Amino acid sequence: MTLRLTRRVTLIGAGALMLSTALVGAAQAETTLTFLVDNADASVAWAQQLVTDFEAKNPDIKISIETRPGGTDGDNIVKTRLATGEMTDIFNYNAGSLFQAINPVQNLVDLNAEPWEADVLDSFKSVVTAPDGHVYGAPFGAAMGGGVLYNKKIYADLGLQVPKDWATFMANSEKVKAAGKTGVIQSFADSWTAQLFVLGDYFNVQAAIPDFAAQYTANKIKIADTPAALRGFQHGKEVFDAGLLNADASAATLDDALRQLATGEGAHYPMLTFAISNIQANYPDNLNDVGFFALPGDKASSNGVTVWMPSAVYIAKTSKHQDEAKKFVAFLASVPGCDAITKANGATGPYLIKGCTLPATVPAGVADLLPYFQSNGTTAPALEFVSPVKGPNLSQITVEVNSGIRSPEDGAALYDEDVKKQAQQLGLPGW
Amino acid sequence: MTDRLNAASAASQRVRSPYSNWFYLPAAIIFGTLFLLPTAASLFFSLTRWTLFDYEFIGLANFVQFFQEPFLVKGLINTLIYGVATSGLKVVLGLLIAVLLTSDVVARGYLRSVVFFPVLVSTVGVGITFTVMMHPTQGVINETLHFFGIKGPQWLSDPWLVLLSIAFVDVWKGVGLATVIYMAGIVSIPQDFYEASTIDGATGWQKFWNITLPLVRPATVTVVLLSLIGGLRSFDLIWAMTKGGPGFTSDVLASVVYKQYQAGFYGLSTAGNVVLFVLVGLIAVPLSIFFNRREIAL
Repeated sequence: MTLRLTRRVTLIGAGALMLSTALVGAAQAETTLTFLVDNADASVAWAQQLVTDFEAKNPDIKISIETRPGGTDGDNIVKTRLATGEMTDIFNYNAGSLFQAINPVQNLVDLNAEPWEADVLDSFKSVVTAPDGHVYGAPFGAAMGGGVLYNKKIYADLGLQVPKDWATFMANSEKVKAAGKTGVIQSFADSWTAQLFVLGDYFNVQAAIPDFAAQYTANKIKIADTPAALRGFQHGKEVFDAGLLNADASAATLDDALRQLATGEGAHYPMLTFAISNIQANYPDNLNDVGFFALPGDKASSNGVTVWMPSAVYIAKTSKHQDEAKKFVAFLASVPGCDAITKANGATGPYLIKGCTLPATVPAGVADLLPYFQSNGTTAPALEFVSPVKGPNLSQITVEVNSGIRSPEDGAALYDEDVKKQAQQLGLPGW
Repeated sequence: MTDRLNAASAASQRVRSPYSNWFYLPAAIIFGTLFLLPTAASLFFSLTRWTLFDYEFIGLANFVQFFQEPFLVKGLINTLIYGVATSGLKVVLGLLIAVLLTSDVVARGYLRSVVFFPVLVSTVGVGITFTVMMHPTQGVINETLHFFGIKGPQWLSDPWLVLLSIAFVDVWKGVGLATVIYMAGIVSIPQDFYEASTIDGATGWQKFWNITLPLVRPATVTVVLLSLIGGLRSFDLIWAMTKGGPGFTSDVLASVVYKQYQAGFYGLSTAGNVVLFVLVGLIAVPLSIFFNRREIAL
């Protein structure tokens, strides 16, 4: 009842948040919500700033933040806490294929009827939509590009142009190597970072085979048998064979790699643009030395970026304070929510809420990312946002391929086997 | 008093404990809820496709899938290599150090505690420390080698070397325990043997080969059994150092199963644990029967 009333009022008035606060908030005593976020620096900084700004507007609600590890350890924690009914009131977790694996209809609060849903871009709604067709989350952060972060100083010194096709990328890397610097930085100690050559290549895959995702979900196409999809695996091997990697690639972490990139020890680092916020935090003087370009494919004529959606914030069905939790999620999905995120860690990419704007000056890497979003046909969502099929062992497989232990063809075939388990676990037809 | 005794003996001819069987109940409840119930549940869930939220009965498909896992064979081989390598090295090194530390060496007490010290340190801490020391470019090991003009190998990322590097760390950490067991064994050998052999003109090597080695056999059995079982179920050190990587090259059985849990294949990984249970049983039971028989013979 309150909900419908709030919604109608919102439709009439513009200040959705202020009104719903006034309607529901005034009557209640102080409530404390719990908020589980992953322990990445950016996520924690965002959560803290969001909570601070939210509490300032809602003095009757307190939010305490808990952190959890990211990666597969985090998946396990989220699944276990949901299954045992021990989940916090609100929590952040991946959108897309991983979202489907936490059984949203059974475990999460349906947010389909929330007034702020109208402000969320459809591209994001589609990745937090459960099989029942309802939306269950709001975006936590900005969209990211998956491609290559590069050092602009090295490019200027060597007179290089941003590559639009793979051959030019390799030629550029060779020139960097000839100049005594690292051509391509890799960081296999954080094995997930090795996946970028494969996952970031999806723009080129779907450019060659437009219905790849649908066929892939239905088990009608295999990566190992599809040259366009196999290219990502081969790229990693080519870079290794050409001896372009940093000497400590096998033991370097994400932070090591970003240091090498920012300080000009190396020229290219295949990565998601969220890492720009790490550079902002750790190497602020070098922030504008780091640019971004999409992972080039075979043809310069078809060049675009693979886009990652941010994680989403969800409300657990076991929460005893769902109304208050909804207010926080509504704040997150509003312009002040975006501003809080920008305030916390700078802008990392375009927001997925209507009306949200980026500050006038953004880091160079983000500025390089934005034009892809402003023209048509130069972005494509990563495969994990258009197909629920994602195998758990891709990071290890790509580490082996990118460090020459396993052939790309072998790695792709192994990954085809790997996704089969995930598809069966999700009960998809055709597997 | 006598009435009750008579009544009790009349009621039953069986030998009866003076205590009620109900005294078993607390232990039975704890054993049942913490051991029997989970075992039965895991046997059941190993036959299902389980997401924690719901499950679907799929018969033996998990076991078929588990044995088809491409990493399983690699994990099995690695487990065996790791178990044999660590166990063998601990026997040899442990015995040598124990011989040294039971002789009249300078600062014997200090050296004994130094050898035993790594046993007391947390495994994960040791793993992280050695990971830093084995860093290919900035690690202290390769920097030292570089100082002497040698290009050090990629200790933890060369697929051929990684498992042996971890096994080395395991030995460094665990050899103290083997040494202590051997020292106890050596000290308990009566001095008469040595005195008699000295009179007969035996050399140090002959004494070691013909007296020490045969007579510390019970200690050897203990060390082999302990370190082999430890090696077969090893997980923490490997996980702390490489997480089974690079890729799958240092995966052992336990880390394969753990990764399946992480990936959310709960039914499959439970099936993996059932397999692990059977496997460890197949290795450990004959071994312990064999060694027990030997011990009686000794």
